Amino acid sequence: MKFVLQSQRALTSNVYHMQLTGDTTAVTKPGQFVQIQLPGFYLRRPISICDWQAGENGTLDLIYKVVGHGTEAMADMQPGQELDLLVGLGNGFDVSGSEEAPLLIGGGVGVPPMYGLCKELIKAGKKPSVVLGFNTADEVFWKEEFEALGVNVTVTTVDGSMGVKGFVTAAMNGGYDYVYTCGPEPMFKAIYKVMDEQGVSGQFSFEERMACGFGVCMGCSCKTKYGNKRICRDGPVLVKEEIIW
Amino acid sequence: MVSTKVTLSGWTLDNPLIPASGTFGYGKEFSELWDINMLGSFSFKGTTLEPRFGNPTPRIAECTAGMINAVGLQNPGIHHVIEHELPEMKKYFHKKVVANISGFSIDEYVECCRLIDKEDQVGIIEVNVSCPNVHGGGMAFGTSPENAAAVTKAVKAVTTKPVYIKLSPNVTDIVAVAKACEDAGADGLSLINTMLGMRIDLKTKKPVIANTMGGFSGPAIFPVAVRMVYQVARAVNIPIIGMGGVATAEDVIEMMLAGATAVQIGAQNLVDPYVCPKIINELPEVMQKYRINSLEEIIGGAWK
Repeated sequence: MKFVLQSQRALTSNVYHMQLTGDTTAVTKPGQFVQIQLPGFYLRRPISICDWQAGENGTLDLIYKVVGHGTEAMADMQPGQELDLLVGLGNGFDVSGSEEAPLLIGGGVGVPPMYGLCKELIKAGKKPSVVLGFNTADEVFWKEEFEALGVNVTVTTVDGSMGVKGFVTAAMNGGYDYVYTCGPEPMFKAIYKVMDEQGVSGQFSFEERMACGFGVCMGCSCKTKYGNKRICRDGPVLVKEEIIW
Repeated sequence: MVSTKVTLSGWTLDNPLIPASGTFGYGKEFSELWDINMLGSFSFKGTTLEPRFGNPTPRIAECTAGMINAVGLQNPGIHHVIEHELPEMKKYFHKKVVANISGFSIDEYVECCRLIDKEDQVGIIEVNVSCPNVHGGGMAFGTSPENAAAVTKAVKAVTTKPVYIKLSPNVTDIVAVAKACEDAGADGLSLINTMLGMRIDLKTKKPVIANTMGGFSGPAIFPVAVRMVYQVARAVNIPIIGMGGVATAEDVIEMMLAGATAVQIGAQNLVDPYVCPKIINELPEVMQKYRINSLEEIIGGAWK
């Protein structure tokens, strides 16, 4: 599917926001992702969808971190450039699975998909609150965008340079009945433990190295209590009850 | 009007395009994107006797013009394939399929092939001899002519359908292995499987792939594949399914000129899920450009 890069800007020293236009009708749920073909690179790059406007001339907001040569090349792309994307990949978050007052926890580059999810939850009449976890104040992004949705936003930083000092679990102090999260695995394990203690269920969006992104290569398989799953197609979102660490 | 028909051991395909095993699952995901009945056929995910989860992740590493995979033959096992995947496949694929079979002992190959041989939906059995032999010190069957021949002979004894042996390129003399398979009764050969490769992450200073090494595939290996198909085709009198880095209609024609009767598309399916219909649609035009009326006539054209 052809998309056109409309704008791109740096949010931090290594996190970028790009907006593309193209046919987004395949996107049906928050937490889905796209696979971007980059000129000169063999495999596509899987990037989670931050936000989207559905339609044949829809828009797609992607936020990504520069971690290697591929994402470096993405950061150099200029408006007007055409890109080939596979869109609407993955199961996405199940908004109907949530209770009334879900807590959304994004860690670092796991923050972006929480934004589209937050909007959908609000649309569904839920009352989400948000925790955004970073290492330092320099790394913080998308805080104002969340606040503009009218939800309660807590920022945590490991060094205490902004918001609550500590990991995201420092902000898991009750007042919610369900958790949605995306971020690094050590953060997941800590959140999972607190959820266990609090008797709260939820959904986790995982990351894995993948090739195809649509379920045929078996590159990103994982074992769950509900059987073997492909992170790209049966995931990236798994429910708490099925996760095997 | 050009002809794209080719014939493998009496089985005529509308065109030589066959997605390669491990890049097409059992066809379902692709059937949701386009009508996979336009293919010549496809080779289903490498299947073993017992279900296998495969290797730990990461299983994938990117390379220049290619990729490494170390999936480790994840599959639901032959019984599940026969009871669930084949009946399901009937709903969206109406041609015969290539059954790709793997094993870790001769007994396992024999049992899998004996079972799959009874299935009407199977056109040919493609035996992957690149797996390690658990009773033979872990060396892959396909790395010695004797072992490859032993698998071939054992499988042929329990099957009625054409048996194609899928050869590993990770050998000193692929022609010797190919001839040993032919002498042991193979009806055809598929080549090449992936090449053993490895990447190291400069940040962690450790291998990218959890299994350390894996199979290298993609356009980077195309010249090696063409060379091996050419060498083997000249040395044997059985049909060859050529594969390895094929990505365009021109590549298909080049592979056939080297001596392939049919051509498999592997890694390219993973980066461009529409590559097969694209090639099938482009083939007639590309044939005309190179003054080719019939694909069947160009097989081995580089040396005939």
